Amino acid sequence: MQNKFIVSSSPHLHTPDSTGGIMFDVIIALLPATIYGMIIFGYRAALMVLVSIASAVLSEFVWNKLTKKENSLTDLSAVVTGLLLALNLPSSLPLWMAAVGSAIAIIVIKQMFGGLGQNFVNPAIAARIVLLVSFPAAMTKFYEPFGEIVSSATPLAAEAGTYHLKDLLLGMHAGSIGETSALLLLIGGIYLMLRRVIAPTIPVCFIGTVFIFSLILGVDPFAAILSGGLFLGAFFMATDYVTSPAIPLGQVIFGVGCGLLTVIIREFAALPEGVSYAILLMNILVPHINHLTARKPFGTEAAKDE
Amino acid sequence: MKNNKYLSYFTNGIIKENPVLRLMLGTCPTLAVTTAAINGIGMGAAATLVLIGSNLVISLLRNVIPDKVRIPAYITIIAGFVTVVQMLVKAFLPSIDASLGIYLPLIVVNCIILGRAEMFASKNSVLPSVLDGLGMGIGFTATLTLMGAIREIIGAGTIFSLPVTVNFIDPMIVMLLPPGGFFVFGVLVAVSNKLATIKGKEPVNCTGCGDCPMKDSCTKESEVAADVQ
Repeated sequence: MQNKFIVSSSPHLHTPDSTGGIMFDVIIALLPATIYGMIIFGYRAALMVLVSIASAVLSEFVWNKLTKKENSLTDLSAVVTGLLLALNLPSSLPLWMAAVGSAIAIIVIKQMFGGLGQNFVNPAIAARIVLLVSFPAAMTKFYEPFGEIVSSATPLAAEAGTYHLKDLLLGMHAGSIGETSALLLLIGGIYLMLRRVIAPTIPVCFIGTVFIFSLILGVDPFAAILSGGLFLGAFFMATDYVTSPAIPLGQVIFGVGCGLLTVIIREFAALPEGVSYAILLMNILVPHINHLTARKPFGTEAAKDE
Repeated sequence: MKNNKYLSYFTNGIIKENPVLRLMLGTCPTLAVTTAAINGIGMGAAATLVLIGSNLVISLLRNVIPDKVRIPAYITIIAGFVTVVQMLVKAFLPSIDASLGIYLPLIVVNCIILGRAEMFASKNSVLPSVLDGLGMGIGFTATLTLMGAIREIIGAGTIFSLPVTVNFIDPMIVMLLPPGGFFVFGVLVAVSNKLATIKGKEPVNCTGCGDCPMKDSCTKESEVAADVQ
């Protein structure tokens, strides 16, 4: 009888969720946009996704072997990083660049800082920016859907009013592999929210801020939120547990900050798209946001300013 | 035996107390100018000349300079040598001058040079000081050239402006930008720490004076306190 009492240290309540399970949900949520990207951009997009994921998984495996760490492939985080990176790349990019990007994401940005949970920025975002800075020409050459016509203009870079909202929603326009269809990304995001993998706070604040701020600046707000990588970034990258604030108030600050930076970069900087840089910059601020919004333990006095 | 001692003054700066990777000095020019291997050599050579000259003169004057004004006196001596080197570079190597830019006159405030003046030349006789300056200068030059070469190969696909990989693969421009500099610097420090640990030495661990490889030669804390008073 006494053997039935389990003596253990806290915490005593466990959730059945595991890192691998959550990552698997993210992969499922990304599948519609991924498959759609493969359909409209053809076999090259499929190859890009495969190469990117394979490179991420291989990098993780080799790093764990070299540093004699426990194999962490089963948590699927490398697969998610590789997939997210591929969805952020134009389908015209040489495949080796995608492989290099994935290796940078896993080795330099994640593992060198201590592995999953220790990375201070989202690996896929940072790797995309490394690629964008390194290969500016290749990274801004986009294919039109179903065509070999190389277009350098995504809807954000094109003249205002060139694209209809329906095209933006359905993704019938040039862009990165996984960013074109706002509708499919939204479905994926809603799936993640229903599965309680992500809270709606960050995406809603992020997209809402872009909508309102664009409206204030006189930009068509619907086109502003539906074009570029906003939905992909807001639902799948800004919500990364490791690099977003822990407390709802902090998440609001984080989402609004991402939105403001995105619009500022889009409208006032030399770049057509600012979602990646906005998320990266806010990632870096997360420790400070967490510190500012830390809840005070019940019953204690608020610290007085000296 | 005596020869060995002099040899160790010279070799100290190259590996054991490499100014950039072990002493963590002179980081600003290290990160700023190493976008190409040739810049590393130019910067290193200029700093080496200044280092040898200033170590020589400061060692000669070490009993004349009053302790309380030693830093301004050192800086004046260093600035004199930097001016000479800068004029020489401008006259004979204008392309190096163009690529080093402001970092050439900034050798005046390079902490390797002031550091060696304070830690070594002011306490040792002339020959060891000159050898120390030469060794430190070579260590600085070698590290800068290595960093410049790595960044140039990956970032521009060339080495000493000769094409290596630029014709086959696109270079990664990010390596020529500040993030690439910090990245290569971090990796080199990590490698040198690893090598030091293999040899049974303490890795560089910047948590306080106790962990510094210079702690034996550095001004004692009590002295600093006395200076402040």
